[in-house]
Amino acid sequence: MRSVVRIALQVILYAAFALSLAWFATNPPYQYGDATMASIKVSLSHAADRVEPCVQLTPEQIADLAMNMKQTEACERERLPLLLEIDIDGEAVFSLEATPTGLWSDGPSSVYERFEVAPGPHRITARLRDTARAEGWDYTDSTDVVLEPGRYFTVTFRAETGGFNFR
Amino acid sequence: MGVLKTALRALFERAEAIFDFAFGQRLNPFHWLGALGWYFYWIVAGTGIYLYIFFDTGITNAYASVEYITNDQWYLAGVMRSLHRYASDALVVIVVLHLFREFSLDRLRGRRFFAWLTGVPALFFIYICGITGYWLVWDQLAQYIAIATAEWLDTLPFFGQPIAANFLNATTLADRFFTLMVFIHIFAPLFMLLLMWVHIQRHAGARVNPPKPLAIGTAATMVLLSLVYPAVSQGPANLDVVPAEVGLDWFYLFAYPLLDVIPGGQLWLLVVGGLLFTGLLPWIPPKKPAPAAVVSLDNCNGCARCFEDCPFSAIRMAPRTDGKGYETQAEVNADNCVSCGLCVGSCPTATPFRRAGEIVPGIELPLHPIAGLRERTLSASKEFVKGRRILIYACEHSNSKRLDNDNARVITLPCVAALPPSFIDFVLSRNLADGVAISGCADGDCYYRLGDDWMQQRIDAERDPYLRRRVDRERLRFWRYRAGGEARQRALETFTAELKTLPKNRSGRRSSDA
Repeated sequence: MRSVVRIALQVILYAAFALSLAWFATNPPYQYGDATMASIKVSLSHAADRVEPCVQLTPEQIADLAMNMKQTEACERERLPLLLEIDIDGEAVFSLEATPTGLWSDGPSSVYERFEVAPGPHRITARLRDTARAEGWDYTDSTDVVLEPGRYFTVTFRAETGGFNFR
Repeated sequence: MGVLKTALRALFERAEAIFDFAFGQRLNPFHWLGALGWYFYWIVAGTGIYLYIFFDTGITNAYASVEYITNDQWYLAGVMRSLHRYASDALVVIVVLHLFREFSLDRLRGRRFFAWLTGVPALFFIYICGITGYWLVWDQLAQYIAIATAEWLDTLPFFGQPIAANFLNATTLADRFFTLMVFIHIFAPLFMLLLMWVHIQRHAGARVNPPKPLAIGTAATMVLLSLVYPAVSQGPANLDVVPAEVGLDWFYLFAYPLLDVIPGGQLWLLVVGGLLFTGLLPWIPPKKPAPAAVVSLDNCNGCARCFEDCPFSAIRMAPRTDGKGYETQAEVNADNCVSCGLCVGSCPTATPFRRAGEIVPGIELPLHPIAGLRERTLSASKEFVKGRRILIYACEHSNSKRLDNDNARVITLPCVAALPPSFIDFVLSRNLADGVAISGCADGDCYYRLGDDWMQQRIDAERDPYLRRRVDRERLRFWRYRAGGEARQRALETFTAELKTLPKNRSGRRSSDA
């Protein structure tokens, strides 16, 4: 009788272990995003202008350089920060200054942001400044979209292809 | 820290008592957590190799290949997938239990730090394996993991460009990044295996396989679970759609929802700080280890019994240095020695019968000299007040001191196997007591890993040094019970009653100095 009880208890303990594995492998479900809202992702990586403009070297200066170091311009490494602004329906929802990467601040500035907005028709405007200008923007673009709930809308940037890309 | 350990110990004692009843002490899964960890690792590795045959490592076909595994070949590959998942989850459960249990038993302090310190990074690798594994399925859960992990990694100041930019939409997703995940998912377990191997390096005869009944029961449970509740994917990933609700594997991904509450940088601090703190636990608070065992070359004949019995690989047999006619001599590596005294118990020269001069065995613990143990034995034999006299040699971790009473005197040792069997013979043949009890740890759960087993084998004349045949086994008991509970007390009462049915011990002589 005692051995029957022991075996029954073993079965119960094995079953409890299995059930806890099965349950916690997927439960309770986790609510990551709001399915009733649309999400906008802004992502770009772009090198702004240098803090100091490059200086054209004279032929004498170039001749003084070692054979493997010859170049026509002398440039300081440090770059400017990027200024980025996103408007939705004329209202600024996102604005930041992205500092350059790298120990010498000579790399590209990177931006990655994700935020939720109400679905529906919107006018999205993106602006970016990558030069030393004090006012105004070097790149501006707008698009009219109908954002769907539970879907991502992405704003990316590539200077080589003309600027902002909305998708 | 002590209060925490005591509280945890009490919790484990309660749980383990239930498992004791169901499985018996020897097969209690709590005594085999390390071995079960290895067992689940091999299940995960074996099933993973099979799944890799059918898995398409390209991002575009990964989901479809997992669907084929799950649905078309459900009877084999599908079961393998489920086993792969559930054994991975079980591995986390077992390893975490193992960690908490060893902590509660204080089996991490002093020179035992090594297994703890090498086990903590293994925990990190378990999580790397699990997270990358879920990533590879490339379903909605994988999409969530990819985005959340990338965004979390981006909070570190190491990456020039945001990793999360790889998962903006379908056009930005690169096969190469996915291949990197496959690479990590294969090599992280291999590195983990290396760590597991290092983890047991200071454990002689490490238990890496659970006993057969436990292995069969566990495997049957996992297969049954895989058939009844198979692991399935959560819909294909679509980077244009927000994975709003996902079924998280809470064993691996419990930290992810915290990213909604605290910044990623703080979560890194929490995780890395938590791992570092866990790794440093053996030294919190600092503890001075007991002096290591010392070899007396004059009395060591190089028999190698101590070398064979040391549970922590602290003894090696080296070429003789004193010119005596023996080939080898024992050498103690003090960095590994935990001062358990199993070597002393195995030394044939550690005998209380020696009369010529001072008793100095071939190897002994400076804090527990054999001469002192003989003195304590003689002294205890004079303290009996009435009734049948029982001398109890107890492990200091067995909580046996409370058995001390007028007719039962307790002598504690670091481990019961630190007692040379000749002492039992000495006590009974010199009529120092009517009975001898050895009070060890729970069966299969010796504080010093192998001490109880070695002692049992010495008593059963299966392991050198044997307990002599002339010792009346009816006057000897070996108790292997949990430190808590009343089993030991009941065993003492039973033994006392049984001794009363035997004639008084009249063997040998009873002298004041034996």
